[in-house]
Amino acid sequence: MSHPSPAPPRTTRRRSASVDLAIAAACVGALLLAIVVTAWLLDESSLRSHAGARLMPPGPDHLFGTDWLGRDLFTRTIMGLRLSLTVGVVTALLSVAVATVLGIAAALLGGWVDAVISWLIDLSIGIPHLVFMVLVAFSVGGGIKGIVIGISLTHWMSLARLIRADVLHLRHSDFVLASRGFGRSEWFIARRHLFGQVLPQALVGFVLMFPHVVLHEAALTFLGFGFSPQTPAIGILLHEGMPHISSGMWWMALFPGLCLLLVVLAFARLGDRLRVLTSSPGQGG
Amino acid sequence: MSGALDSRSVTEAPGRVPAAVPTRGPRRGRGLARVICVRVARLVGLLFGVSLLAFTLVYHSPVDPIAAYIGAEASPTDEQLAQLREYWGLDRSFAEQYLAWLGAVLGGDLGVSRLYQAPVLDVIADRFMMSLALMGVARLVSGVLGYALGVIAAMNRHRLLDRLICWYSYTLASTPTFWLAILLLTLFAVVLGWFPVGLAGPVGVPGSEVTMAERFHHFVLPAATLSALGVATIAMHTRERMLDVLDSDYVAFARARGEHGRRLFRNHGLRNSIVPALALQFAYFSELFGGSILAEQVFSYPGLGSTLVDAGLGGDVPMLLGIVLLSSTFVFVGNLIADILTVLIDPRTRDSL
Amino acid sequence: MMTTPLLSVRNLTVGFTHYTGTLGLRPRVVPAVEGLELDIDPGEILAVIGASGSGKSLLAHAIVGILPNTATVSGGIDYDGTPLDSARLRRLRGREISFIPQSVNYPDPLMPVGRQVRLTLPRSRAAQLQQALFARYHLDEKVARQYPHELSGGMLRRVLFATGVTETMRLLIADEPTPGLHPAALQEVLSHLRDLADDGAGVLLITHDLIAAAAIADRVAVMRSGRVVTVESSSSFTGRGETLRHEYARRLWRALPRHDFWEGVAP
Repeated sequence: MSHPSPAPPRTTRRRSASVDLAIAAACVGALLLAIVVTAWLLDESSLRSHAGARLMPPGPDHLFGTDWLGRDLFTRTIMGLRLSLTVGVVTALLSVAVATVLGIAAALLGGWVDAVISWLIDLSIGIPHLVFMVLVAFSVGGGIKGIVIGISLTHWMSLARLIRADVLHLRHSDFVLASRGFGRSEWFIARRHLFGQVLPQALVGFVLMFPHVVLHEAALTFLGFGFSPQTPAIGILLHEGMPHISSGMWWMALFPGLCLLLVVLAFARLGDRLRVLTSSPGQGG
Repeated sequence: MSGALDSRSVTEAPGRVPAAVPTRGPRRGRGLARVICVRVARLVGLLFGVSLLAFTLVYHSPVDPIAAYIGAEASPTDEQLAQLREYWGLDRSFAEQYLAWLGAVLGGDLGVSRLYQAPVLDVIADRFMMSLALMGVARLVSGVLGYALGVIAAMNRHRLLDRLICWYSYTLASTPTFWLAILLLTLFAVVLGWFPVGLAGPVGVPGSEVTMAERFHHFVLPAATLSALGVATIAMHTRERMLDVLDSDYVAFARARGEHGRRLFRNHGLRNSIVPALALQFAYFSELFGGSILAEQVFSYPGLGSTLVDAGLGGDVPMLLGIVLLSSTFVFVGNLIADILTVLIDPRTRDSL
Repeated sequence: MMTTPLLSVRNLTVGFTHYTGTLGLRPRVVPAVEGLELDIDPGEILAVIGASGSGKSLLAHAIVGILPNTATVSGGIDYDGTPLDSARLRRLRGREISFIPQSVNYPDPLMPVGRQVRLTLPRSRAAQLQQALFARYHLDEKVARQYPHELSGGMLRRVLFATGVTETMRLLIADEPTPGLHPAALQEVLSHLRDLADDGAGVLLITHDLIAAAAIADRVAVMRSGRVVTVESSSSFTGRGETLRHEYARRLWRALPRHDFWEGVAP
């Protein structure tokens, strides 16, 4: 038998998942930066109406055209995106917080607490998102409060389930048992041990949730719940544009929606990459 | 290390009859009935929870139902207001109001819509049928197309076709439903003029005189919107499932026996992915419902969508509660069907019933 | 005279990519099988033994071409003197090259086992051949209509044989075909493998049962940590193993309970 000589295996995979992740993260970063910087550079005055520049198709002066009041749609779109992102971050964070607290509580306290939380998860999943959001928006009296609370209360369920499962698993790990052996309270264990353990899961959950949250904000706004009609939000741009769009002013719909799509897509890709990388690939053996 | 080199294990006595003799026959029916009973009981419990949650939410709304009902123009006297409060039972406690409402609901009475001036049940039954037609067609189209695309993508993993399908699905999953609807409306109804701009029938023609062709004409674009979005979800889920199947031990064994390509799919892929794909059709009723609301809104399709928006914006509490109950029932029944399908078709669970 | 080996594995390396570093961003290829070399002649049983995780199954999967697609493979495999590329492998699998998988999870869970056996048989004679195969492996005809979950482990082993072994087979890769069998059935499987080899097939028997390997194989390759450390003649596994060439093989042999166990485990 000849002596085996170790040869470095050639890489047959297309591209490593980590490079994909880095690209996705860079895309998201570049988009965010572009939106924030553009919004900062833009002249607020173009938000006002200009009687002489009504319903202008896209051109060098108005990149995305203007609406029926002569307002520059590019400016309004960028402002709308900034608003969408802000609302998205706030609501997704709130959702993650609700999910983390309820997930840990359910798994750690067990018994009837677990039963009630699990039941709450099941029944909340049963109400279609949009119906649930309209219900909550109505319950808190509409406005931006309706948007934020409505979205926060409707996106926590699946992440709470995941965190609950994680904690159920961790509950029997040595460090938790040891900590309990030292007489630590459940609250201390949750705060000092479990929170740190579920944080990566919560972060991935945040990124995965973000696209949904942004899309639902836009949908809810489009249906007329939430922001006042003057606010430049993507949903409102499209809602207001509807009568003009159906008479051929296509640009009023195309660009705002397309920009929202790009932002959501970038985040969705990032979330997907994160998910692929964090769920360790199976290995034959 | 040498510990792994164990001596032979003896787990099977010679000539032993296999333990798992299938228990087919009359027992199976009863087992299935039991499973369905348990699930239905759970569904009723969840619906009860939904009703409590929804009622709690609307009860705490700062929107005054009377003000919303009367509108800004009218200026009723205090006496009239008090009468209205009493008439609607708004002067009673939360528990009393909830139980009164629940009792009425259980008796089949969802109350009277303040906006539509008609029994809630009549309004939403009518509207729901319209929505159901839309969702049914969309589900069917997206189910068939989505499954096919998902399978094609998985069988061509990482090749161009797979990438294209993935990109289509990712992009559509990130597309605002109402925006896609607006685009289709702009392109096909406004620019090309192939389809009317809105409503389930031509304006000004009584419902009974609307022909099937006209109905279809007004139905196509909203259905296409919902289908295009549904295809994306179904295709991605099917692809994941098919990849699991293709990476499975039994497919590895089938490959080692010389099966490949279409034959491999026919023998093992279809068998192991069709039930989850079918179940998926029912499990995603929640998304479908949300998409339907938005598409209906854009195309002025007279389904439940506009009713929900009107009820939410106009403070029509009985209507809002009715829609919440109806849509949750719809989702829960979808899940129930998905569960039963999964249990029923898989021989491993079927025989244990 | 030198004959061409039926199967010849040259410098085979199988690796898996792992991600390390704080963010899991740094890819690192971990070799699970490294620089592996083997030959199998027609009519010969080559046993490959080694502990769990030594890469035995990966070797089998690499030859049959069913490694998971996360694996990276290099090196060459020759069959009948010419390289076994994927197109040729696809033609030969199920005809000349047969594979008996390790786990009883390998049949399709949603198909009656009889149908699975018939799938790869010539269609015109499938039913007849399947009945013959079932009779040969002492499987009742009603087993054909049952699903894998309804069968015992021992029956599934025999089903795997009936599914894997074909008439036209020249090379058999048997990945741990014996665990869970009672002694009589084990003896039967082993002598069946011997019969197949005596009929001219080359057999690669992967096992961690050294006694069985020594009993029926012609040569025994010992694997450790993804490498073949030695290939011994099976006749050397006798007595206290004085004629074994490699120390590791000797230690494995002596560690078996029926040999002088206490000496064997001493370092």
